[in-house]
Amino acid sequence: MSSFFKFVLLVKDTLISQVVSLWKVFMHLFVETDTVQYPEQQPHMFSRWRGRIILTRDPDGEERCVACNLCAVACPVDCIALQKTETEEGRWYPDFFRINFSRCIMCGFCEEACPTNAIQLTPDFEMAEYKRQDMVWEKEDLLINGTGKYHETNFYRVSGKAIPGKDKGEARNELPPVDTRSLLP
Amino acid sequence: MAWEVGSGLTISAILLVVIVTAAMLIWVERRLLGFWQDRLGPNRVGPFGLLQVVADMIKIFTKEDWIPPFADRFSFVLAPAIIMIVILMSFSVIPFAPGLGVVDSNVGVLFVLAMASLGAYSVMLGGLASDNKYALLGSLRAAAQMVSYEVFMGVSILGVVALAGSFNLREIVIAQEDGWYVIPQFIGFVIFLIAGIAESHRLPFDIPEAEQEICAGYHTEYSGMKFGMFFVGEYLGLVLISSLITVLFFGGWNGPEFLPPIVWFSAKAFFFIAFFILLRAAIPRPRYDQLMSYGWLFLLPLSLINLLVTGAVILLEN
Amino acid sequence: MAKVTIDGVVYELNPENNLLQECLSQGLDVPYFCWHPCMGSVGACRQCAVKQYRDENDTQGTIVMACMTPVSDGAILSVDDQQTKAFRAGVIESLMTSHPHDCPVCEEGGECHLQDMTQMSGHNYRRHDKKKVTHRNQDLGPFIGHEMNRCITCYRCVRYYDDYAGGTDLSAQASHHHTYFGRFEEGTLENEFSGNLVEVCPTGVFTDKTFSENYTRKWDLQVAPSVCVGCSVGCNITPGERYGTLRRVVNRYNDEINGYFICDRGRFGAHYVNSESRVRGARDASGLSIPVDDARVRLDAVIDEGNVIGIGSPRASNEANYALRSRVGVENFYSGHSDDEHEALEIIVNALRDESFHCPSIREIENADAVLVLGIDVTNAASRVALAVRQSVRNLSKDLAQESKIPVWQDSAVRELAQDKLSPLAIFSVGSTRLDDVATFKVNLAPDGLLKAAVRLDSVLSGQSADDGLVENELPIESLNHISEALLNAKNPLIICGTSAGVEMLRIATNMGRSLGAQRGAAVNLALLPTESNSVGHALMVREGNTLGKAFERIERESIKTAIILENDLYRRAPSANIVAAFELLENRVVVDHVETNTTKAATLLLPSTAFSEQEATSVNYEGRAQLSFQVNDCGTSAKTAWRWLFDEKSHSPEGVIKKCSEDMSDFAKLVHCLPKAGSLVAGMKVPRQSHRYSGRTAMSAQANVHEGKQAVDEDSVMSFSMEGVYPQKDASVLASPWAPSWTSNQSISKFQSEINGALKQGQSGVHLLSRSGKGSKYEIGALETVTQGLQVVPAQHIFGSEELSGHALPIQERMTDAYAAISPKTASTIGVQAGDFVRFRDSEICVEVCVRVLVPNDVVLVYAGNRAAGVHFNLRDIERVEILERVETAPAMPVSRSLGLGQLLVNDLYEERG
Repeated sequence: MSSFFKFVLLVKDTLISQVVSLWKVFMHLFVETDTVQYPEQQPHMFSRWRGRIILTRDPDGEERCVACNLCAVACPVDCIALQKTETEEGRWYPDFFRINFSRCIMCGFCEEACPTNAIQLTPDFEMAEYKRQDMVWEKEDLLINGTGKYHETNFYRVSGKAIPGKDKGEARNELPPVDTRSLLP
Repeated sequence: MAWEVGSGLTISAILLVVIVTAAMLIWVERRLLGFWQDRLGPNRVGPFGLLQVVADMIKIFTKEDWIPPFADRFSFVLAPAIIMIVILMSFSVIPFAPGLGVVDSNVGVLFVLAMASLGAYSVMLGGLASDNKYALLGSLRAAAQMVSYEVFMGVSILGVVALAGSFNLREIVIAQEDGWYVIPQFIGFVIFLIAGIAESHRLPFDIPEAEQEICAGYHTEYSGMKFGMFFVGEYLGLVLISSLITVLFFGGWNGPEFLPPIVWFSAKAFFFIAFFILLRAAIPRPRYDQLMSYGWLFLLPLSLINLLVTGAVILLEN
Repeated sequence: MAKVTIDGVVYELNPENNLLQECLSQGLDVPYFCWHPCMGSVGACRQCAVKQYRDENDTQGTIVMACMTPVSDGAILSVDDQQTKAFRAGVIESLMTSHPHDCPVCEEGGECHLQDMTQMSGHNYRRHDKKKVTHRNQDLGPFIGHEMNRCITCYRCVRYYDDYAGGTDLSAQASHHHTYFGRFEEGTLENEFSGNLVEVCPTGVFTDKTFSENYTRKWDLQVAPSVCVGCSVGCNITPGERYGTLRRVVNRYNDEINGYFICDRGRFGAHYVNSESRVRGARDASGLSIPVDDARVRLDAVIDEGNVIGIGSPRASNEANYALRSRVGVENFYSGHSDDEHEALEIIVNALRDESFHCPSIREIENADAVLVLGIDVTNAASRVALAVRQSVRNLSKDLAQESKIPVWQDSAVRELAQDKLSPLAIFSVGSTRLDDVATFKVNLAPDGLLKAAVRLDSVLSGQSADDGLVENELPIESLNHISEALLNAKNPLIICGTSAGVEMLRIATNMGRSLGAQRGAAVNLALLPTESNSVGHALMVREGNTLGKAFERIERESIKTAIILENDLYRRAPSANIVAAFELLENRVVVDHVETNTTKAATLLLPSTAFSEQEATSVNYEGRAQLSFQVNDCGTSAKTAWRWLFDEKSHSPEGVIKKCSEDMSDFAKLVHCLPKAGSLVAGMKVPRQSHRYSGRTAMSAQANVHEGKQAVDEDSVMSFSMEGVYPQKDASVLASPWAPSWTSNQSISKFQSEINGALKQGQSGVHLLSRSGKGSKYEIGALETVTQGLQVVPAQHIFGSEELSGHALPIQERMTDAYAAISPKTASTIGVQAGDFVRFRDSEICVEVCVRVLVPNDVVLVYAGNRAAGVHFNLRDIERVEILERVETAPAMPVSRSLGLGQLLVNDLYEERG
């Protein structure tokens, strides 16, 4: 008998809870909706939004990407493929840089992995295409004429590699090249 | 042709209105759910998104109507038709207004219950014919659920029948001119309400098709218009249960004179339709075993007690 | 075994080794830089610090360098001690003060020992805010890139290059933190083993230039265990592929063969796979390309017509040779060696079957304590053997060290002790060799004199008196006595000879082996080196008497309609006139090959085959050791592996062909043991060729089609063309590229070794095919004639250029020279030529540049025939063995695409500097 009583109590409690939730949900009829009427009404995009991926240039106007492959290896869906090449003077840059946006999940790992701030995600999310093939973007499509979100980064000014306009010993925090014939301390 | 029970015009009108209402419910439900979830719901096709139904219909008609090669073709095609037919048949005994109905049957209540029982075959056949483990599980659940809740549904109405002294739905409505049966038969009403949801396997009792557990249950393999028939069948069931509640417990077309009876009927029915949608928006789905034990261990004794008390009261009054 | 407690765990360690090596053998992670398993310890980097305690009660302990500490019984040590950890972190922080911010643009990144050790030591944040020391780089030639800023001064490079490989042009310069590793003046690193600097350098100072041009990170390379096809040693290598091209080759550890090092021909020569001169499709007689299916139908048609002979190849795999042999019939299968090479191979194979001899592996050559090299320049013929011989001469110093109770791993101490004392190395050669700098005895004579001297040495060795007045070209008999003494007194003497020394010299070499064996009463180490990767395997398949010359005779005599020539350029094997004559008689000349040669030009039906990295195949090295090489990638063209043209493709798998091969031929019965052992795969899953972090799979080919195709399925082998599968855990025979948690560089191989420098765990180092039985007798050496007129022609071998395939590799071409004729200054003045002039061989159109070398005997002309792939070249067999040179007034216009000159000629005895 007591078990039946408990059961009734349980039913009563749960019933009340059901009724309360019914009421509360019903009252949402009078709450203003959160929906934004896109595209007539444009949503506010935050600058850290992870949307369309771009390749940026350093403050000198040169390609920031050094083709280190770290974005490609960080990519969980393996949608970045690139090939390193270098200029006559030894500056590394990607021969091709391809993102298959039909695979991209906009996770931003590539941006996290990038040691030169070259690859960046932007607040642009309007990337739909009628043909899937059009979602394969090459370097020409990705590379912009600016620094993107990070204005200062200039990898080759820090790296020890010599490039045109920055010889050995001219990078940040470097001494001039050693004269190996000298025995002076 | 005349507006009278059983005339061709009436039948066609009722058929048309019922089906259109069921179809429109697709839009109504989505919009209402939207509002309750602080969204807007479909509002792009036509004014207020009203033509969403048309868009959906076009989509569903033009979709590939595919029958899996491993399915049993005959029962696979038959299953969705059954649910449509039995529910539409049930509407034949509903008294919408004075002079508005298909038949004026003396065993209306029993007819409705009989049709509801037949409805179980639809989901069972659908699931079995699909030859798919999720479909089979879904149809197993559906069979158990529908057979069980039919019992309480029947028992819960018996109080009303006893009060009205008739199985004729039209007479039950007329018997409520002085007072709705929801008051003397409140427990019966609650049980009927719950059993009604279970019969039409609407949320929160959509256990036979619980997406998160068994894909889409008995209609996993269905597509195109055959799926559409299951889909619309569900909304027809919703309309039917709401109509029955209105007829059995809320006085049918009865209401103050300033509005015509059909409007009262529709308003009451729509109220319950909206209530069912609210249930869907607010109440989570119980577990299958919970549903069964709740039915057999709680609803059955309760409905029997209700019937007993009603009988006693009637006997005492006499 | 010594019981040593390390961090509370008792280990049984080998007391002959140092502590670092033993810790690594036990799988403990102790960071290190300057120590290398092959080069011993010098204690330069201070990174392998561990704490040593006097006894159980000692809580203070002393920090010692593990690499400089001998293993002693009962020692108590700690690797995990906090103070020691802080010490190691401090050391690496100091090493890193001037290390540039380069990792993203460094070829070493991702497989960098410095990165690993920095992580392991816990240094992750730069505190040093002073300026970094910088250096200017040098151009070190076509192979090696130089980025000196990255140096952490561990001295491994000079210790390897100078001390181990015998290089002379890399040195440590300047002092203190200005220390600079480079050449005195910019220029090509000359040593034949310079490529190993890439793997020896723990950071990115020395990098693979050819790899950098098409750089790919280690994890992005598709790799498979492979075997080098550059010479007859069969070094184990790991080629890496990306985007359809071969990107690089690195050493693959095999304790019995190449160990940690390979030669530059193997490392950079494999780039021939990407060469323009690859055969990419089938062609008919008119040179028009035809579909593969048509080609197949035509091939079947000409074979069905009958009257077919097949000519095999020493650079084709066993399976390809076997397929041709079974298709045309044993009696119609002819040797692809030239007739003298064929005869030489018979001697070599007989020696391999003879109980009197033991053919040493590279590791065993390193342990020899007296070496006799007969008639070949080992460095240019089978380079890896030369590197081993170079180690063998240090065995005396190791003996001396043991006498003085100095552990042999105390590298600099041992070197100080021995100074310039070397184990005996005697070299009989015509002209100089690249091992002359470590030779204790040198016999430099014209071929006729050299043979006589060798015969004489043989009689000295066999105890006969040799005082019949031989003083051939000022060779004192004492020298021969000294050599004989050294060989007889040695614990482990070794005789090395090779095909390029000539048949007579090979006979004498085996005779010497028998003489030496008779004196010592034990099997003698005898290494007879063929020139090509599968010379021995091919020779074993040819029926006795089926030489190439016999094939030509038969074409002339009988109505042979068709010859199928397998991966062979006959113009390297026989005089051009003979070939042209034979080709004219043949109705069908079917050539199966993967590079364009003069033979493919003459083909009436050319069938494209695959290069070594595109097929699964076995080959047999100079020891008779058969090894399996896996396919790295799909060739991407319509080319098929050679045997697939000849066998019904559908009913054969590589495994099936190998099995048939061992069933059919008794010599190859053990070939099946090359295959990975059954059950070595985890849960039957394949071994992936791609690393677990292979990137870009969904974008690599997206420019062509965004819908990715199905992963290529390898139905043939135990490896998969994808990331799917399980990495080798038990069987290291399918271990292509070592990797272990926190060990990304090639140093991670220690995790797969049973002990440092030892065998790979469950690894496979090939199968010796031949078993020895019975003792043969000495060859009869006929009367040796003395040439009195004309110059004796001696073919010169060059590591870069003498081998056919590697000549197609662009980096190798940069180190190749044109064909030349080298003569002594006296001969030059007799003929009236100077270095840079051109000479013509008597009665022929062949003109080559003259090169005057001091050490060439007076009546000899050393002839280098060039390589067909680039530069001036000719068919060596078109000239006689004795020639008269005529001066040519004006340099002839040679029909070559690119003249290379002699600028890259690397010899020690040039008469004068060229302008």
